[in-house]
Parts: sequence; C-alpha cells; structure tokens
Amino acid sequence: MNTPLRRVGLAMLAMIILLLANATYIQIIKADEYRTDPRNRRVLYEEYSRERGKILVRDKNNQMQVVATVNPTNDRLRFLRVYNNAPTWAPVTGYYSIRYGAGGLERAEDEILNGSDDRLFVRRLSDLITGRDPRGGNIELTINPAAQTAAYAAMEKAGYAGSVVALNPKTGEILAMVSTPSYDTNGLSAHDPEAQEQAWQTFNNDKRKPMLNRAISETYAPGSTFKLVVAAAALADGKNKDTQVTSADKIAVGGSELRNYNRGFCAGAPNGVTMETALSLSCNTAFAQLASELGNDKLRDQAAKFGLGEEDLTIPMSVEQSCIGPRASCMDVVDRNALFQTGIGQRDVRLTPLQNAQIVAAIANGGERMKPQLVKSILAPDLSEISHLDEDSLGRAMSRDTATQLRDMMITSESKTGGEGKRDGLTIASKTGTAEAGLDPKNTPPFAWYVAFAPAEDPKVAVAVVVESQDVAATGGKLSAAIGRATMNAALGGA
Amino acid sequence: MASPVQGAVGPATGQNSAGGDKAAPTRRGTELVLLGFAAFVVSAALMLVEANQEQQLTFRIVWYGLAFLGLFTIAHVAVRRFAPYADPLILPCVALLNGIGLVFIYRIDLAQAEKDLRAGHEISNDVPRQIMWTAVALLLFLAVLIVIKDHRTLTKYNYTFGFAGLFLLALPAFLPSFIAPTINGAKIWLKVGPLSLQPGEFAKILLLVFFAAFLVSKRDLFMTAGRRLLGVDLPRARDLGPIVFAWAVSLGVLVFQKDLGTSLLFYATILVMLYVATERGVWVVLGVGLFIGGAVIAYHLFTHVQQRVANWFDPLATYGAQGGGYQIAQALFGLGTGGVAGTGLGAGRPDLVPLSNTDFIAAAIGEELGFIGLAALLMVYTVLALRGMRSALAVRDTFGKLLGGGLSFALIMQVFVVVGGVTKLIPMTGITAPFLSYGGSSLLANYVLVALLLRISDAARRPQTGNRPRPAQQAPIAEAHTVMVERPT
Repeated sequence: MNTPLRRVGLAMLAMIILLLANATYIQIIKADEYRTDPRNRRVLYEEYSRERGKILVRDKNNQMQVVATVNPTNDRLRFLRVYNNAPTWAPVTGYYSIRYGAGGLERAEDEILNGSDDRLFVRRLSDLITGRDPRGGNIELTINPAAQTAAYAAMEKAGYAGSVVALNPKTGEILAMVSTPSYDTNGLSAHDPEAQEQAWQTFNNDKRKPMLNRAISETYAPGSTFKLVVAAAALADGKNKDTQVTSADKIAVGGSELRNYNRGFCAGAPNGVTMETALSLSCNTAFAQLASELGNDKLRDQAAKFGLGEEDLTIPMSVEQSCIGPRASCMDVVDRNALFQTGIGQRDVRLTPLQNAQIVAAIANGGERMKPQLVKSILAPDLSEISHLDEDSLGRAMSRDTATQLRDMMITSESKTGGEGKRDGLTIASKTGTAEAGLDPKNTPPFAWYVAFAPAEDPKVAVAVVVESQDVAATGGKLSAAIGRATMNAALGGA
Repeated sequence: MASPVQGAVGPATGQNSAGGDKAAPTRRGTELVLLGFAAFVVSAALMLVEANQEQQLTFRIVWYGLAFLGLFTIAHVAVRRFAPYADPLILPCVALLNGIGLVFIYRIDLAQAEKDLRAGHEISNDVPRQIMWTAVALLLFLAVLIVIKDHRTLTKYNYTFGFAGLFLLALPAFLPSFIAPTINGAKIWLKVGPLSLQPGEFAKILLLVFFAAFLVSKRDLFMTAGRRLLGVDLPRARDLGPIVFAWAVSLGVLVFQKDLGTSLLFYATILVMLYVATERGVWVVLGVGLFIGGAVIAYHLFTHVQQRVANWFDPLATYGAQGGGYQIAQALFGLGTGGVAGTGLGAGRPDLVPLSNTDFIAAAIGEELGFIGLAALLMVYTVLALRGMRSALAVRDTFGKLLGGGLSFALIMQVFVVVGGVTKLIPMTGITAPFLSYGGSSLLANYVLVALLLRISDAARRPQTGNRPRPAQQAPIAEAHTVMVERPT
C-alpha cells in the first residue's frame, strides 16, 4: 500500500507546486496589470491616505501662507484635506474628494501633490529607506493673496456673480483668479461620505453654479472691451489714434440698425471723431465700421495674436477656448453683417475673463503676450525648491508703438469712467464694456466688463472683471470698475 | 498483507509519558519549542497589525497572545499525555495556521469595524467567536485523543460512521429553510439560535473513516480482476459500487446543496483512497472519467456552474454581472497589489474582497504578506500534510495507512480547491481554508482530522515490543519504512 501512498504524496506536492506557480503568475507577472486596473480601489485609497502636499502663497512680506493643507485624522484615510478661506480660493485650488475625484489645481497638479511625480522620486526613495511615509510635494502659487482676497471680498460684498482675473503683464503670473458665487471646498474633502455627497448635491443643484470656474471655464460676450482688439488691428493696419472714424448715430446692418449706446452721435459730433475719442466714449458705430473695413482676415489675425482660438492653453488647468465666431468655426465671423457686431464684441464673440485679461496684459507689456501661469514653484516636502516658473512668451500681439497708442487711449478712457477706487498718483489705463447677453438683450441684464492695467507708465498688474449683473440698466463703469480698481490697488500694495 | 493489522502493536495506553522511554525519543520537546516559535510568529504578526492599524499597542494584544499560548500549551500537554510518540511537527503547523488565521480575522474585523462605524451599523467582531471556536475545537481535539486510544477501534463502528456521515451531509438539503437557510447560494448550513453549523464538515471526517474501514475490509474483493482489456485489468462491474456511490453522493451534494467545493473534495478524496487501497491506477482513470462526465453534465444542467466557469475564464469580463467575477477580480486586485512582498500586515485593504475572512482569506494573506507570505503558508500546509502522509507510510496497519493517507490528502485537496479558486487556477467553488478561515464547523472538523493524524503518527512511532529499529525521523518519504505487500494472483 505504500507505493500508491507515495504517489499520492507526490500528487500532493504537485498540487502545491501548481498553486505556487499560479501564485507566481498572478502576483509577479500579472501583478502590475491587476494593481493598476481602474477598478482596483486600493491604489486610490493608498494615494488618498498619503500626506498630500500643501498649496501655498507668498504674501507681500515674503511670508508663506497656507491655502490648502492636511490635518491628520484617526480614520483609515489618515489625512483630511483642509482649505483656508475656501470660497476665496476655490477657483484656484479646486477640490479634492474621495468620491468625486479632484478638480482645478488639485487635479492638474495631482502627481506633485500626491507625491508620485518623477521629480520627487529621489526624496520618495529616501523616505522609503528612512521608513518615513511618502509625502506629496508642495505648490507655491503666483497668486498675490492681497489681490485675491480683495477681489473676492469686493465681488462677494456686492453680491455679484462673475469673475476677476489679474495678471502680472511682464511675467504672465496670475495674481488673482476669483469666481463668484463660490463654494466651500472643505465640504467635498470631508471623509464622511454622506457629508461629501450632500455638499456635492448642494453645489451641483445650485442654479448659480458655484462650482463653475468662471475665470477660465466660462465665456462671455466681451462687448465694448473687444474694441481694444479692433483698435489694435486698425492701428496695425496703418491707422493711428488720431485717425478720423465715423461718428454716425447708427449704421444699417442687414435689415436692422446698429446704434451707439446713447442713441446719438459719438461725442455729439456729426462729422467724425478721432479713434481715441471713439474708444474712450465707446462709440459703437465707429468700431462696427472699423471692423467691417478691416474684414474677417485682419480681425481674425489680430484676435489670434491675442490668444483667441487657442485650444490647449493650460495654466496648468485647461482654459476654455475664446472665439470670435460660432463654436464650430471658432475663428471665423459668419458673414459681413456679423462683422459689424463682432467689432463691438457682440454676436458670436465669446471670451473667458482670463483671455480678456491677457489682451490688456499684452497691451501693458508693450505688445508681448506672456503665457499665464498659476504655479510659481514646486517644492519638495521639506520646502526645498524643485522647479521654478519659467516666463514664457506667447509672441508679440502688436508692435510696441501700437501698444503705446492703445495705452494712451485707455488712459483717456479711464478718465471718462466713473465708479469708486480711483487713487491719486496712480494712472490707470482701462476700458469698460457692457455686453448684451442672451436672446432677448433688451430685457436681460448685461455682462458688465472692466479691463485695465496700472500703473500705466510701468504696468505691474492687468485685470479683467466681469459681472453677470442683475440690473438691466447696468454698465461696466458702475459695477466692475470699482472691483477692478480695488484689485489693482491691493495687488500694488496700496489700500 | 494477510491481515489488516500487521505486527503486534502494544495496547495504546497513557503509560508512556514524556521522557519515560529513552530508547525511542518522543520528541515532545521539539514540539514545544516549535509551538513557542509559532506563538512568537503569531504574536509578532498581531503586533504588526496593531502597529499598522491603530498606531498604538492596546491591552487586547496581551489578551489574545496569552489566550493563544494557553490553548496550545493545553493541547501540547494533552499530546504529551495521550499520544507521546506523535509527530512533533503536526501540532506546531496547526498552531501556526490557526494563529495566523486569527490574526487575519482580527485584522479584517478592524477594517470592517471602521466601515460599520461609518455606516452606523453595530460593530460585530468575528475574532472573539473564532477564539471561542478554537477553544471548543481544542476540547474536541482533546476528547478525540482521549477517547480514541487506538485508531483501529474506529473500524468497529464503520457503518455507524458511514450512515451518520451521509445523514449529516444530506441534512441541510432536506430541512426547511428557517433551520437550513441558503447562504451565498449554498444550502449547507444549520442555524440553531445564534449558532450556525456546517454538518458537511463533520460528514467529511465520518465518511473518510467509513471508507477507510470499508475499503480495508473489502480490499481483496476490489483487487480481484475482471476482464482484461487492452492489457488493463478492468474491475468487475459489481465492484464499481463504491466509486459510483461516491460519484452519486457528490453529484447529490452539488444538486441539492449547490456546494461545489465539498462535492469536489469529497469525490477526489474517495477516489484517492480507492486507488491507495487497491493499488490500481485504473480506478483513477475511471474516476477521472466519471468526474469529467459529471462535470459536463453539471455544466449543462446548472447555470451557477456555468457562471463559475465563466468567472474563472475571465473574472474581469464578468465583473459587473450578477453573481459575476467581482469577487475573484477583487481577490486578484488584492493579490496583484500585494505583489512579491505584500503591502505589510495591516497596511492593505483586504476588506475590499467580499468574504475575505472565510473563503477568500488566501487573498487577504496574498495581499498583505505578498507572494512570500502566501508561499510560506502553503509550505506550512505541505509540511503538515506530508507529515501526515509520512505517518501513514510508517504505521503498520492498513486501516491506519488508508485513513492517514486519506486525511492528509483531504487537507491538501481542500487547500488546493480554495487557494486555487481564489488565485484563478481553477473555478472558485467556495470552501474554507483549513485552520485559517473564520468558521466554527470547519475548525472543529479539522481539529478532529489532526487528532486522528496525531493518533496514527503516535501508533507509527510508538516502539514495538522487541527492538525494532526506529525509522529515521528525518528521512524523506521515499526512504521511509516500507511494508511489503503481496499482490494477489
């Protein structure tokens, strides 16, 4: 009986060897495939339980302020994402939720923040050897906290829905990026799944769309602020700020008429005005006529030089495309009649607030457009610097001379614009705009724009403000200028 | 071999206590040292879990550690007293497996507790119950060692065991579902108050004993050749009885209780015992043929069998389907995440795999201890079963050989079925991992199994009257003492 017993013994060994061979196949050869399967939540949990990096800003005293950090917890996820003054920063930081993923910078820079980026590799390795839990890298923002806070406070205090974007025209650094109404990102990072779900539902069911980052993900008709683009194209076409343009009270466009805002002649002069006057008084007929004369190609080229039509701009969040035509043919005005309306920033023209800020920033920077960027530096967990922002020129949008003439016209424009926040000793160059919105513009409150830069002699900040106003009679000057000026004052370190 | 009991084995009494016989070392000291080592490994594992899960060491760890040590010290003393010549490796292997099982059940408790806490459910810990079951199982182990002083006495009750086994096996299928509910698709449980039992686990042991005794008594009959066909001696038709019986019972279990695992285990073990008893490979061929036939029939008749096979071919493809590959896929994700070295005890997410403390405990081990840990545990099983097999080879009576061989094989078969199922080597059939998985019935039955193995190994190593040279303990199986067997003509 022992021979068959021995054979059974061998069979038993063979069974174990089969199990071992199969386990080798599963756990070594196929391991990566299983580990990285999107349905395997372990990787996600692992990542979520790592000490995520901080999001930081540097204030005017060169002190680091914490925008987003983590607090240790006693539950399985170990760390809770916490945002300071969350609504102020929501459009910058985005959110970080176990259930709903990440948004904004949290998503765009996830690899740095969660520590899996290759640039953190050496430190990860040393963490492994020293037995410390791997930690994420930190991100320092280009944002000027004073400007961000001032812009958000001004928007929120007035109860406006809209956006403020401020840029450093020389470097492209984003100094402020505000979107209102905003939301509390802490609600989405809560570890309690029910609280998380409730916050998500509340934000998503809110008709005012608090989670929409209006600065980069929403486009608005730019209205009269688009006259800067038309003027730039006209100047490039051989005109100057003193060139006479029409001052007609109305021009026929197709079957209807296009009128000035005040329904009369531009500057009350029936026989033409200078382009400077037309811009500073924002006369519609002059720029509709100019656009028509320039034609689709010249207008499109100028708009493209300012960045319209760019599809893949990332700051590092991706930015919605801005267009002069319908979405399907973004950079083509549909027909000649549409060209008139395009000249005054209506019809199909749609800009993100960031795009409009880029236009004034390019004018402020002597015609050169800098790539807008939000990340100033990437820091290791111990705050040593790993990489620093590279200023990146996106090319010349206009000649230096054109930029200077536009600046001068905008200084005149600012002098004709009312509203609070003007300050002695600070020259601002600006343009306002009141864009008709919706299908029934007469009864729909307009978008009130204000784009500006300061100081005009040596620009340090360029700003674009858009307010989705509640009032049918609102204009850019009344609503947005005060907020734009407050933002610039804060960015320049003043009151 | 003329008589089923060869050689004069002295009456097995408790007189030979430890150290009593210098000529034949009992090796109980080795056992105690190895038990201490097992306790050390288990305590270290528990500490790792605590460190990784709670970040502080609570008093509970001491309680669990002491309970573990205490239980196995009692078992050791019992072996010293009642089976002094028993194999010294078997009990430490069992202790290690049981201990690691407890650690993992505790570890999964912690994960579940957190989930329950969040969901607002009441926390239900399994580990205190499993410790209770371990204690009860050790009592049963003790009882078996004390009551069964000589395994051959079991042959006297073979038909009683056979009927009892069949009765227990069939019981849940015929009871109304308030006593025998269908859990996870299988109708194999009995629920009496707070207790739930799987009578099939006990039936397994009883039927093994019955078959061993039955085959030994009728052995000569089965070895009578029928017609010769193509150079193979075919068994006579009427001798096909036992294998047909086993086949029918297995299919019955499959049909009425939808328990693939037990069905497979039961059938394979009977087949192996038939082969060992008759020494004729033709039974294996015949048995495998019948198995394939049965499998094909089952596949075509039962959708749940088809589902299991589909899940086996590609669990990721049937991931979202009802009764689909979700569970196996989760196990594979865990195993893949664990990789070679594992995530570390207490640092993985084994709770993502459903049933991770019972049928899928191998996935939890593979995730947290990695391939290394899983391989190590498979090795412990191997040592345990091969020591059992070694005792079967060394024991001098045919019943002991057959029973020892059957029990050892049943152990490995069970491991093969469950670990193979979890790691996608074979279709998942739903069976517990011996000593590791949470579950009282399985634990009790497997302790009885081990008690019987120890009893057989004690008989194998107990010095005979006269000065028979003791077989070298470290010798591999191939060099072990061999019993000459005459082949009847």
